Amino acid sequence: MNKRKLNKICYEMRRTILQTSYNCKEAAHIGGALSMVEILAVLYHKIMKLDLNKPKDRFILSKGHGFLGLLSVLKTKKIINNKILNSFQTDNSEIIAHPIMNPNIGIETSNGSLGQGLSYGVGLAIAYRLKKKKNKIFVMLGDGECYEGSIWEAAITATELNLDNLVVLLDSNGFQNDGKINNKMNYQNLLNKWKGFGWNSILCNGHNIDLINKSFNKIRANKPNIIIFKTIKGKGIKFMENNNDWHHGRLTKNLYLTAINDLKKNYA
Amino acid sequence: MHNQFENQQWCRMGPRAMFGQFMLELVKNNKNLMILSADLGRSSGLDRFKNEFPKNYLSIGISEQNMIGVASGLAREGFKVFVTSFAPFLSMRASEQVRMNLGYMRHNVNLIALGSGVTMGYLGNSHYGLEDLAIMRAIPGINISSPSDCAELKNVLHDLTNKNRGPTYVRLTGIPGSRIVYSKDYNYKFGKFEPLTKGRKILVFSTGSVTSEALSAITELNSVGHSIKLINLHTLRPLDKNVLKEIKSFDKIVTIEEHSIIGGLNTIISDLIIKNNLKKKIISFSLSDKFSANGKYDFLLDFHNLSRKKIKRKIANFSKN
Repeated sequence: MNKRKLNKICYEMRRTILQTSYNCKEAAHIGGALSMVEILAVLYHKIMKLDLNKPKDRFILSKGHGFLGLLSVLKTKKIINNKILNSFQTDNSEIIAHPIMNPNIGIETSNGSLGQGLSYGVGLAIAYRLKKKKNKIFVMLGDGECYEGSIWEAAITATELNLDNLVVLLDSNGFQNDGKINNKMNYQNLLNKWKGFGWNSILCNGHNIDLINKSFNKIRANKPNIIIFKTIKGKGIKFMENNNDWHHGRLTKNLYLTAINDLKKNYA
Repeated sequence: MHNQFENQQWCRMGPRAMFGQFMLELVKNNKNLMILSADLGRSSGLDRFKNEFPKNYLSIGISEQNMIGVASGLAREGFKVFVTSFAPFLSMRASEQVRMNLGYMRHNVNLIALGSGVTMGYLGNSHYGLEDLAIMRAIPGINISSPSDCAELKNVLHDLTNKNRGPTYVRLTGIPGSRIVYSKDYNYKFGKFEPLTKGRKILVFSTGSVTSEALSAITELNSVGHSIKLINLHTLRPLDKNVLKEIKSFDKIVTIEEHSIIGGLNTIISDLIIKNNLKKKIISFSLSDKFSANGKYDFLLDFHNLSRKKIKRKIANFSKN
């Protein structure tokens, strides 16, 4: 798939995120979904071997509040449709702010409690190795999530077992619920921390499709791998970029129209 | 069922050593079996297992939260997973991981909670399982098994390995040499209680290894003219529907457990009585809502009125009222 097509996919994903948020008339996690878009586009359309009936590569969304990002890429894969998206954050729906496990439509785990997805991914990676299955387990973490101690517990297990079929994608957008993340936890410092834990640690711009694509070539054998993506929270919509009000915010009609216009301009 | 040891011998080992020993037999017919321990393999009697079946054993560092996630990933891929740690570390340190992975996602992981109740003696309250039943009961969908002796534990482990029971918390109490309840094999059924004595005046529910103290006390009382029915509730969830039926046919009810009075067996039975609008006299043998005194296991059982002697005295008084 060429760059132009991937760009179009990113546009579609951002539109899905905005539309789905606006339609539900409720506050939704928009900023941290927008920061993941290019990473997921490349992952799902260029890297992963996806098979819902007979699981091959797997993707675990540990930063559960990024669920809109996952939904948007599943839509581009035609795994979910508008009917599912229209049920987002409606009463009695299973499509809500955080993922509820439903492997039939590509939602591998229930999540929302941070710091848990990596251990689960470690378990899957061990299982794949025991079954001599060659595929990979991808786990997406947030930078704020890396404050959770259980992340580092899992990081140790992954290195002890040399789980080279495990790839962490870290969306380092620099913000958490309450605002900017302390500099001690910025992407550079996170890189050092993960290196210190023995991971093959790669740093990459999280919005440049070519670079993202190349970063996956730097994955090495005999070690667990992490790609730390430096991203912008709210990426693609000017008034949302680095504005943490959009960590969890509600789109009014005016704001929605402004956002869509902005998006169209960016991809014109 | 394959039976290498007599029940007496299993019981002499105590539940922790017995667990590790018995898994050696189960793994032979279950290649998919995986045991994980958060640095308590030795305390789970797993040294031999680790050496003889290295592919079926995973030593996770002292990271109980992580262990639950790893176990769940393995269970997702079809492995039959058992994890071991001390009761408070599984039920509390990793409680939210249990809630998400075993409760919410329904992953079939068996939690082997070592040294629950006050069995850990001089190691103190940090290691006691005072509240684990209350916590596990509050999470939807987790089975709770609380075997009365090692012969019963053997049945529980065999059943969990060969049947799909769903996520289960197995609460180990008792120490090597704890009094035996089942000197002969019996027809263990997951979720079905076991009557141990017959009687018409008082109904006693007991769970865990204190059941042996209860059995010995009640056998003595019945031999001098009392009429007390003792039921071993080895499965606390799902609860046998016949529990209610039994309660209805008695006026006096007793509960015996090595657990806080909050949220365990006493709560289960009391709730049932209230919900069904029944008028019953009830007394409970539980740990009080306090951190425990420290000491040897036998001392602690007596301290908490859970020894044969204290159970006997208190039930004898109850029968007079």
